[in-house]
Amino acid sequence: MPRIVADWLADHVDLPADLTTEQLAADLVRVGLEEEEIHPAAVSGPLVVGRVLELTAEPQKNGKTINWCRVDVGPEHNDADGARGVVCGAHNFDVGDLVVVSLPGTVLPGGFEIAARKTYGHVSDGMICSVRELGIGEDHDGILVLTRAGFDAASLAPGQDAIALLGLGDEVLEINVTPDRGYAFSYRGVAREFAHSTGAAFTDRGLPESLPTPPPGPTADGFAVEVDDAAPIDGRVGCDRFVTRVVRGVDPSATTPPWMKRRLEGSGMRSISLAVDVTNYVMLDLGQPLHAYDLDQVAAPIVVRRAVAGERLTTLDDVDRTLDGEDLLITDSPAGERGARVLGIAGVMGGASSEVSATTTDVLVEAAHFDQITVARSARRHRLPSEAAKRFERGVDPRLPAVAAQRVVDLLVELGGGTADPAVSDLDTTVAPAAIELDVTLPSRTAGVPYTPDQVNGILSQIGCTIAEGVAGYVLVTPPTWRPDLTEPATLVEEVVRIAGYDQIPSVLPAAAGGRGLSPEQRTRRSVARALADAGLVEVLSYPFVSEADLDALGLPPDDARRTALRLANPLAEDKPLMRTNLLVTLLETARRNVSRGLGDVSVFEIGLVTRPAVDAPAAPQLPVGVRPAPDELSMLAEAVPDQPRRVAGVLAGAAAPAGWWGPGRSVDWADALEAARLVATTAGVELTVSNDRDHLPWHPGRCARLEIGTGEARRTVGHAGELHPQVVERLGLPARTAAFEVDLSAMVAAANGEPVVAAPVSAFPAAKEDFAFVVDASTPAADVRAAIVAGAGELLEDVALFDVFTGEQVGEGKKSLAYSLRLRAADRTLSADEVRAVRDGVVEAASERIGAVLRG
Amino acid sequence: MTAPETLPDPLDTAALDAAVATALADVAAARDLDDLRSARTRHTGDRSVLALANRAIGGLPGPDKATAGKNLGPRRGQIARALAARQVELEAERDARVLVEETVDVTLPTDRSPLGARHPIELVQERVADFFVGLGWEIADGPEVEAEWFNFDALNFGPDHPARQMQDTFYAQDPDGKPNNLVLRTHTSPVQARSLLERGVPLYIACPGKVFRTDALDATHTPVFHQVEGLAVDKGLTMANLVGTLDAFARAMFGPEARTRLRPSFFPFTEPSAEMDLWFPQKKGGAGWIEWGGCGMVHPNVLRAAGVDPEEYSGFAFGMGIERTLMLRHSIADMHDIVEGDVRFSLQFGTEI
Repeated sequence: MPRIVADWLADHVDLPADLTTEQLAADLVRVGLEEEEIHPAAVSGPLVVGRVLELTAEPQKNGKTINWCRVDVGPEHNDADGARGVVCGAHNFDVGDLVVVSLPGTVLPGGFEIAARKTYGHVSDGMICSVRELGIGEDHDGILVLTRAGFDAASLAPGQDAIALLGLGDEVLEINVTPDRGYAFSYRGVAREFAHSTGAAFTDRGLPESLPTPPPGPTADGFAVEVDDAAPIDGRVGCDRFVTRVVRGVDPSATTPPWMKRRLEGSGMRSISLAVDVTNYVMLDLGQPLHAYDLDQVAAPIVVRRAVAGERLTTLDDVDRTLDGEDLLITDSPAGERGARVLGIAGVMGGASSEVSATTTDVLVEAAHFDQITVARSARRHRLPSEAAKRFERGVDPRLPAVAAQRVVDLLVELGGGTADPAVSDLDTTVAPAAIELDVTLPSRTAGVPYTPDQVNGILSQIGCTIAEGVAGYVLVTPPTWRPDLTEPATLVEEVVRIAGYDQIPSVLPAAAGGRGLSPEQRTRRSVARALADAGLVEVLSYPFVSEADLDALGLPPDDARRTALRLANPLAEDKPLMRTNLLVTLLETARRNVSRGLGDVSVFEIGLVTRPAVDAPAAPQLPVGVRPAPDELSMLAEAVPDQPRRVAGVLAGAAAPAGWWGPGRSVDWADALEAARLVATTAGVELTVSNDRDHLPWHPGRCARLEIGTGEARRTVGHAGELHPQVVERLGLPARTAAFEVDLSAMVAAANGEPVVAAPVSAFPAAKEDFAFVVDASTPAADVRAAIVAGAGELLEDVALFDVFTGEQVGEGKKSLAYSLRLRAADRTLSADEVRAVRDGVVEAASERIGAVLRG
Repeated sequence: MTAPETLPDPLDTAALDAAVATALADVAAARDLDDLRSARTRHTGDRSVLALANRAIGGLPGPDKATAGKNLGPRRGQIARALAARQVELEAERDARVLVEETVDVTLPTDRSPLGARHPIELVQERVADFFVGLGWEIADGPEVEAEWFNFDALNFGPDHPARQMQDTFYAQDPDGKPNNLVLRTHTSPVQARSLLERGVPLYIACPGKVFRTDALDATHTPVFHQVEGLAVDKGLTMANLVGTLDAFARAMFGPEARTRLRPSFFPFTEPSAEMDLWFPQKKGGAGWIEWGGCGMVHPNVLRAAGVDPEEYSGFAFGMGIERTLMLRHSIADMHDIVEGDVRFSLQFGTEI
C-alpha cells in the first residue's frame, strides 16, 4: 500500500510547516484513507559525512587486509588531533573520499547499534558504512562514496548530518487504499484527498495544463502501435490508450539523483537505474504505470493483442510463464513478423528481453491504459500483484498517459542528458465518462443530514465532477476521468456524505415493526446448550476441518456415508482438506487435547453444523450481480448448497461423579452418554425410541444405542449414544470406557410438535402402589418389558419405574429379573382393592403374553 | 398376690403432702427424659403413694370417700402438671443437644455434581441476539458452506472485483477437483441476501454466526471465527438510523459510556460505506477508539439482487467480529484460548456472561 513521503506530497498540496506524521494520518483517515502503519526513521544518532584523511593497509595473520583510517568527521566529532580512527575491511575507497561514518551511538537499520570497539590492534571509533548497512541498497562489499552516488562534493562537508542527506530520518506514513479508489495510489490522488480533508490548496499536476509545455499530439512518424484485441472481455477492448515517446542519447552511466532516490526509497521502492527510476517516480507521483524499453530492442509495430494459448514469456522476475488466451500482451514485430515477439503482459509485468539495460541510450517510453478486468485476471492468474497491476485493476485515469509520458521525457532529458524525439504516437479510443442523473435530495435522504443543493453541487465539483442542470430537482453529474468508481447516484451520495463529514450524521434509533422473537430452533438450541451445561458438560468449539485419517481413526468402513465429505480446494493444512460430516470427529480431538493437558475427567459438548454433500451434487450456478435470480435459478442454488444439519455431540470420560469426603465417585459409562442424548431430546420436545445398534462405529457394538424419533413411515434415526469402541478409544488416546453421543438437532426441532401442550387435570385422589418383579430372558430389552407393563396396566397407570435389575442363580441361567414400581391413580375416585387387583392381573398377563415374563414369587 | 399390704391413708394429708413434695422434688431433679420416665413411674405408677392411696378409698366409709377424693385429685393433678412441664423442658433440651451433636463442617466441599459451562463465543452471540430481539428485530441463520453467488455476487462483488480477491476465501471443489462454486462463507453477509429473498421487506434482522478466512491461527487471527451481521431495510431509513443502532448496540455491549464513530471506507455491498470505531472506556492504557466493524447503506445492487426496488426502499447493514468483542469485553489476550476447546477456558464463564 502507498507510503507517503511528506515533502513529495507537498509538490501537490500546501502542507502546514508543522505537520506531524500523526496529524497527516488523522487528516487522511477522515476522508477514508486509513493509516496502515507509521514507519519509523531507519537510522538515528550521529551519522555524519566524513573525509578519509589517511589510509594504511595492514595485512593480518588470517590473510585479510584491513584498512586503518583516519577520518575527518567535523570539528564537533573529531578527536583533539582533528580526526577519528576507524578500522574498515572494504577497499573501494581512498584518501580524500567523502564517506558516511556512523559514530558510536548511531543505530542503523535492523537495530544495529554502533559502539567503539577494539579490533585488529586498534580502537575503531565508528564505522564507514556501505549502502547495505544503511538499508538503501543490496551492495554490501562497497563503501558508499558520496560523490560517486551523485552528490556534489561542493555541497558536502565533514561532520554534516548524513541522516537528512540520505533521507534516512524520514518517518513515513503508509496508508490503506480501498479497492474503489485507484487514484489514491499516487501522490496526486492522496494530495487531492488531503485538500478535501483540510481545505489546503491543491494543484492538479495530472492535467496537461499543469506542465510547463503541453504534451505534443501524435505525429506521422510516431512509433507504430496497433491494438488488435480478438477477444475483449465483456465487450471491452483491452487497451484504449497507448502513448509512446522516444528519448535519444540518454547517458547510460547517468545515475539517479539523491533526492529522487530518497523519495523512491521512502515510498518503499528500490532504486534500479535512471530510466527505471524515472518511470517509477512518475508512476508514484501521478498514478500512471509506465514502461521504458530499449528502443533498439523493439521492432515496430508494437501490437497489443491477446495471447495464443501456449505462448510463453520470461517476465522481469525471471519466471518462465505459460500465457493464457485471456492475457493481454504487448508484442513487437521482429523481422517484419507482426506481433510475433512477446514483450510483456499488458499492465502486469514486462519481459526481460526488451528491458532498458546498462548500455541503453535510446529509450522508448510506453504510457497506456488497459482494461481493469483484463489486468486483474492476468495479475491473479500469474500471481503477479505488481505495482502496475495494482493500479490498473483499480482504475487509472485514461487522460494521464500523455502527461505522464511527457514527465518521463522531461526527466530523462534533464537527468540523463537525452534529447526528446519529436516522434509521438497516441492511440486513443477512450470514451468520456457518462453523466449521472442525481436527485439533489438523495444525499440528504440517505444520510439523514439536510444538505443544501449548493452544498451537494459544491462537493461534487470539488472532487472533480462537472455539474449541469437536469430536469426539475435533478442535476447531471459527469465524474472526472480518474473516478471510474462513480457510476450511479449512490456513489455520488457517498462522496457528498464523506466530504461533508461522517461526523455530521446524527444518531437516531429506528423503530422496527416488532418481531416474533427467537425462532423455535433458536430457542431449542439455547435450551439444549443450557441443559447440557447444567448437567455438567462444558461447551467447546472445534474447527470443522478433517482428514481421511481422522475418519479412519473412527473406524468408519469405506462405504460409510460419513465419508462423503466436501473437499476444499485450498485447505489451510494440506492434510485436513475435508469438511466434517459429523461433530464427533473433531470433538474427540478436543477431548483428547484436554486429556493430554491433565484434565482426565472431561465432559465436553459442541453444537454446530456438519456438511453432508449429496454424492452427485451439481455445481452452483454462476449468476450476475444486481439481478434477482429467477425461481429455477434459486432452486439450482438451493440444490447445490450441501445439507448442513445442526448437530449436538458430547464426549464423556473419566469420572461421571467425583469421589470426595462423601464417598467414592462413579466412572463414566455408556448410560451417561445416553442420558445426555435423552436430555437433548426431552429439551427439544421429541420422544426417543432406543434400541441396540451393533454396527455403528465409533461405538462399542454391544453398548451403542440407536436413537430414533417418529413412528411408522416417519420413523428416522437421529443419532447414537453409548460407549465408544475400545479400539477407537485406544487409537485416540482417550481414557478407557469413554462414552459419546451425537444427535441431529435440526431433525429433532423439525419433528417436535410445536403445538401447545393440552394439560391433563391433576388428580387429588390417593395413589395405589404396586411392585412387580418379572423374570425374563437375559436378552429381552428392558424397554420391551416396560412397554408390556404400560400396555397391561391401562389408563390407571400414573408412573412406572424400574428399580432393580438382578441376575444370578436364583433366577436361573440366561435369565434376569427386572423389578418395577407402579403408581396407580384415578382422576375421579379412590381406587378400590378390586380395581387395583384387576390392574395387577392385567400387567402380569400382558407381560407373560408379550414377552414371556414370569412374575417372580 | 402377696399378703394384703397396708395402703396409705388417703385422709392423712400430711403423708399425702409429703408424697407430693417427694414427687415434685424428683421431677425437678430429673436430668433427662429417662430420669423423668422413672420418676413418673415412681410417683404416678400403680405402686406410687398416691395411686395406692387412691386404691384405699374403696375401703373407706361413705363420708370419708368424698373427703379422700378431694384430698387426692388436686395432688395427683399437681404431680401430673409438674411431669408434663418437666417433659417439655427436657425434650427441648434433648432436641437442642441433638442439633449440637449433629453439627457438621459446612466448609467441606459440596461439588458432587459440578456445573458445566457454555462457550463464551456462543454466550456473546446470544447476548447480541437478545439486544436485537429487544429492538423488535429477528435473528436469521444461514449455511456455512455457501454458494459463491450468495457470498459475493448477491452482495455486489463481481467475479473480478478486487475486494473478492482480498477476502482470503476457502473454495470447495467437487470430487473430480473441479470448482463447484461453493465457498466457506467469508462473512455473515450472505444471510442478508437470503433473508431479503426469503422474508421480503420491511426487514430488520441480525445474523450471528461462524465465518471462515484462510488466515493461520495466531494470537489475534483464526481461520474460523464469528461475526454478527445486522440488516435493516425499510422505507426512509437513513445513515442516522445506522448510527443510532450502532450507538445503542455499543452501549448494550460495553456500558453507558460506549459510543461509535464512522470513518469513510469501502465495501462492495454498501454505499456509502464506513469503518466503525468504538469508544472503549476500558481500553488498556486509557479510554480510546478501537476498530469494531464495518457498515454502510445497503448498495442498490444488493436490493436489486433480492428483487427489492431501491427507489422505494433503503437500508443499512453492519457487521462486527464476535471474537474481537469478546476479547475486548473480557481482556482475552490470545486467540488460542478461544479456539482450542480447553474446558478451563469455558469454565471461567459459567452459563451466563
